[in-house]
Parts: sequence; C-alpha cells; structure tokens
Amino acid sequence: MSNDISLSKAPAAAAAGEPAGETLLQVSGLTKHFPVMGGFPFKRQVGTVQAVDGIDLTVRAAESFGLVGESGCGKSTTGRLITRLLEPTAGTVSYRGQDISHATRKELAPVRSEIQMIFQDPYSSLNPRQTVGTIIGGPMEINGINPPGGREKRVRELLETVGLNPEHFNRFPHEFSGGQRQRIGVARALALEPRLIVADEPVSALDVSIQAQVVNLLQQVQREMGIAFLFIAHDLAIVRHFSQRVAVMYLGKIVEVGDRDSIYQRPRHPYTHALLSAVPEVELEGEERERERIRLAGDVPSPINPPSGCRFRTRCWKAADKCAVEEPPLIRLAGAEEGHLTACHFPEEPTIAARDEDIVMDPALAALEDVSDRPQ
Amino acid sequence: MTSSTETTVSGPPGEPDETTTAADPAVAAELVGRSPGQLMWLRFKRDRTGVISAYVVGFFFVVAILAPVIAKLYGKDPYTLYGQNEPGLLNDFGYPIAPNGGMSGRFWFGIEPNLGRDVFTQLIYGIRTSLGIALAVTIAVTVTAILLGISAGYLGGRVDYFVGRITDLLMAFPAQLFFVAVMPVVTAVFVSPVDETPTYLRVVALITVQWFLGWMGLSRLLRGQVLSLREREFIEAARVTGASSWRIVRRELLPNLVTPILVQSTLMLPTFVTAEAGLSFLGVGLVEPTPDWGRMFAIGGEIYQNDLTYMFFPGIAMVIFIVAFNLLGDSVRDAFDPKAAR
Repeated sequence: MSNDISLSKAPAAAAAGEPAGETLLQVSGLTKHFPVMGGFPFKRQVGTVQAVDGIDLTVRAAESFGLVGESGCGKSTTGRLITRLLEPTAGTVSYRGQDISHATRKELAPVRSEIQMIFQDPYSSLNPRQTVGTIIGGPMEINGINPPGGREKRVRELLETVGLNPEHFNRFPHEFSGGQRQRIGVARALALEPRLIVADEPVSALDVSIQAQVVNLLQQVQREMGIAFLFIAHDLAIVRHFSQRVAVMYLGKIVEVGDRDSIYQRPRHPYTHALLSAVPEVELEGEERERERIRLAGDVPSPINPPSGCRFRTRCWKAADKCAVEEPPLIRLAGAEEGHLTACHFPEEPTIAARDEDIVMDPALAALEDVSDRPQ
Repeated sequence: MTSSTETTVSGPPGEPDETTTAADPAVAAELVGRSPGQLMWLRFKRDRTGVISAYVVGFFFVVAILAPVIAKLYGKDPYTLYGQNEPGLLNDFGYPIAPNGGMSGRFWFGIEPNLGRDVFTQLIYGIRTSLGIALAVTIAVTVTAILLGISAGYLGGRVDYFVGRITDLLMAFPAQLFFVAVMPVVTAVFVSPVDETPTYLRVVALITVQWFLGWMGLSRLLRGQVLSLREREFIEAARVTGASSWRIVRRELLPNLVTPILVQSTLMLPTFVTAEAGLSFLGVGLVEPTPDWGRMFAIGGEIYQNDLTYMFFPGIAMVIFIVAFNLLGDSVRDAFDPKAAR
C-alpha cells in the first residue's frame, strides 16, 4: 500500500482558502447521563452513569483537536453526542452557530453531510453484505448527491484518494485486511465532503505497522482537504503526532486542554503528568532517565458514583480537603499559555523532567521497588 | 479471464468470458468480489448430501405441481371408485384380489381397499395438498416472524416487551392439542355446524391455526440477531449519514438476516408437512373426498392387518421427503455458516 496519495478533488471550501480559526463546532456544558435500570417486578431507575458531565470544547475549521483519556472516561460518548448518534442530557452542541443538540433527523439533514465519523472497529463498521461501492456510495445515495460523472466515478476517485485500488469497487469487506477496511471507512466518511470528521479511536484496532499508514492518510486528508478532526484516542503518541490542540478527559470531564506542545511539554494537571509518564519510552544503555515517573494506583472510579469535588482526587498524590469539597474550575492558570486551561486546585510544575523522588502510588509496585532497592 | 487475474476473482456468473475480454481490456481486468451469497452457493455445491437432498426435495415439489398432468398421462384420477365400478378388482370383503394390494401395470401402487380408488394418484394429489398447505404456512410464518422479530429487536422498549410477552404466552401452548381443539371451533365460526364445510375453508383454517402457533421461534431468533446487529458500527455509520430507520432495516439489517431466515424456513417446512399430516390423521384436517397425504396413514392404520401394502408408498414417500428436507436444511446452514458445522 503506497502512502503517496493524490487528492484528486478537494472541496471548494478548502480551495477558496477559508479563514483559518473560524469556530466550526462549539460544545458547551455537554452532559450525557445513562439511566441504570433495576428492580423487580417493575423496573425503575436506580442510578445514572454520568458518562459525560458538562464538558466544553471548541473545534476550529481545518483544525485537528485531540481528545485523550483512559478507557471509560467518556471520550467515545462525547464523539457520539457530537455526531448526534446520542442525544445529550444537557448542554448544547452547535455547529457553525446552529444548535443541533436536539435536532431531529430531518432537521439534521443539511448538517449531516458536513459532520462525518470514522469508527474504531473496521471489522464491525462495514456491512459484510454490501460491496465496497455500495458502502462508499451509500451516503451519497441517502443525501441525494449526484456528483458530475456519476456516483460510481466518485467512489472510484475516493478509493484512489484513500490509497486503494479503484477496481476494488465490486469487492466485499471480508476480502480486505484491517488497514484496508479502515481506509474504506475513511473513504465513506469523505464521500459527503465533510468539514468535520469525528474519528473515534480510528487506529486502535489496527496493527502498529498499519496504524502509522492510516494516521498519515488521515493527516494528509486533513491538510489537503482542510477538514477539521475531532480525534479521539487513548494513544498519546498518535494524538501528539496528529493534533494541534489536545484535551485530556477524566471520568466525564475535561481536566486540561491546550495546544499540543503546551500539554505535552508543560502539563499542569497531575493526571496529565501521570498519563504522560505512563507512555513507554526507549532508554538507551547508560542514558540517564530524565523524565518524571508517576505510577497511579487503582482504577478509574465508577461513573455511577463519581467522587465529590475534583474527580481525580481519589488517585491524586496532592489531594487535600479542598479537593473533596470544591470542584476545580477549568481556568487558565498563572504562567500558562493562551488557551491552556487546567482544572486543578494544586497544579504541578509545568515540566515533565524527573523529580527528586518518583511518585509510586501503587502499593504492590512500591513494595517491589523496596525489595530491589535494599541491596544497594 | 479467471486465470489472468487473481485467484479470488471470478467472472460475473452466467456471463460468457469471451465477451468481457473482447469488449475492453480495462473492463476485463475489473475485479468482481464474491458476495457472501456466492460463497455460500459455492460451498453448497460442494456438499454432495445437500445437492442430492435438494434434487429429492425438488422432485417432490415437481410431482406436487404436476400432479394433474401426471394423473392425466397415467389416465386415472384420485376420485373414481375403480374397485367398485369394475368387478374383479376387490373381493367380497373389500380388499384387492390381486397380490400386493392390487399392484399391477394398470394400478401402479395398488388399489385402496373398500372404496377402490387408485393409490398412485391419491398419493401424488395428497402430496400436492400437504405441500401446498405447508408452503403457505411457512410463508405466512416467515413473513410474520420477520415483521414482529425485526420490530421488536429494532424498536426495543415497549414494542419489544409486548411482542416478547405474547411470544412467551403462545410458546406455552401445547401446539398439537391446541390444533385438535381449535380446528372445529375455527370452522364453526364461519360455517354453521349443520352445513357442509367447504374444502377451501378447511384449508384456510389449517393454515391459520398452524401459522398462529408457528411464528414465535423464528421471530425470537430474528429479534436476537437484530439486537446484536444494531450495536454494530455499520448501523451507526448509516445513521451518521442520515439514513432513515426504514432504510437501515431494509438495506443494512435484512441482508444480514437472510441466512437465519432461509435456514429456519427450510427446517420449518417439513415440520408443517408432518403437523398437517398428523391433523388429518387425527381427523381434524381435510376430509373426504379431498386427497390428503396424512389421511392415507389414517386409512392405512385401520386396514394394515389385512392390506399392509397400502401404507407402504405414502409411508416411504413421507420418510424420504422429511429426511431429504432436513438434510437440505442442514446443508444450507453449513453452507451459510461453515464455522458452526463440525
């Protein structure tokens, strides 16, 4: 699979050179609570899963916005709320000033073609009973788009765009590898010439060798067609490679958001520190470890019953009484760059350099290290 | 053409290779994938049991459809009382004089005792009646199950709850007993007990009662399939592009449900044939003079001590038909889902 792809057709909007920085997507106070039903003989609501709990974010035109966090922190729910696969419990999603948070299918129709989605699992996101041509042409058929030269010609162009052979038109998904399937998924998302693509962990189901190809493809698409991306992932390295701005989510809330370099080089929130420290790094022999080392203990608390105040306090080494009482607002801290917001009462130093003492919260890991330290 | 391209590529079925090659080299090189349906067909063709069973089942259907033609060529009909009209065929006790139930070059499968009708035409017309009813029930049941199963699975919530409870309720009925008890009631609703019940009404009643207690299994199966399918991301992908629910059901769900529908209905049809035969055997199905497969067993049961041969042909035909149809159903399932088999 070659990586040099030719973008035969860029949308007119991008070609016209739209003013960069125009706000495309504005999300404010977005909340999604799933009811937990239980009881016998009559089912009633016994609780709520607070999957997403009041998040604000802005995606500008032609920008790639990364959303990272642990499994179960609400990243995917956020993506599905923005594409309106789910209806928000509260808060608003507005696309170019139009509130789409509770729009019906008919009202959404004009916006549908502009917001598309790339899915996580390339094995379940393609209908096994449809040909590639039908899969990619389907969105055009639904939206009644008749490109010049016919839909089939357009589908062949799209296949070429994503680096597949246009002659694969009549094949079925089971004849393709995971990476090729994901390319088909990308072609389907591009079929409507969208301006915003929500990519829900688009590469996490792929082999590492294929991940790079698909990420490069997405990056090429993003740059050359001027499509804005909301890139949801748990792989910090890929988000760093792909996104200009990054938000870190923890248990349904955004804890830190800012420019890529600012987040990766000068994080302030303890959770961001912990996440960055957990990324494995190759150390050459004799090389001094220069990054800080933080090992958290336990799991993310249940979103059915999240901790009061700051949600990270149960796993935070700096937690104080204030954290349990008062929820920290997402604000720009003193000394932080423009647009770098952090939700923490006791932020860390803006560096990822090694500390005097490692923070090892995990008792098992701490005990192990005690043993290995003893002979020295 | 096939040799020049990749091995996984096959030409469009039924299209001569020369025309594609001659027309345009670019068109000739076009890669055509094999659809899951085509793969299924290839696997099925390789299964010798399945192919033979399909031929046997096909033979039965051909016989049923062509019964009047066959009877005409054969020169007899299932209603004439040959044994009573012509002396020398039945003895004083009403049994065939000739050995083996009166089998001869003229009456291939013998003569029916007492009434003296021709067994061969009775059998082919009986197969025609029974298969026709079973086919009608299968179609009615499949359509109902598709409608209810998919709506329950796709809509969920209250619809799912009510369809589910109705399914539970009907599944709790003992089917055979219910048929026996209800058949007279259903006919009595339309015809006063003093009048003669017309045959078409009996047929409709037979189809109705079997349909009423037949759809639950397939419906429940389809509901489960839809529940698992609708969580798949390709449904979400269709929704993101703005597809309506109707389109999602028709274009995304239904093609994925063809396998269970086809397999289940193939396995269902022979059970309806036996159920219909059972009802006729018990006397609540079709009555004289309509030829019926099941009633031949009833008559055979009365006279088997004196004329065993009468039971022979309907019995063998029924056994072959049921075994072949079940083997066919198994082969269809194996062909669609090679992982589930062996």
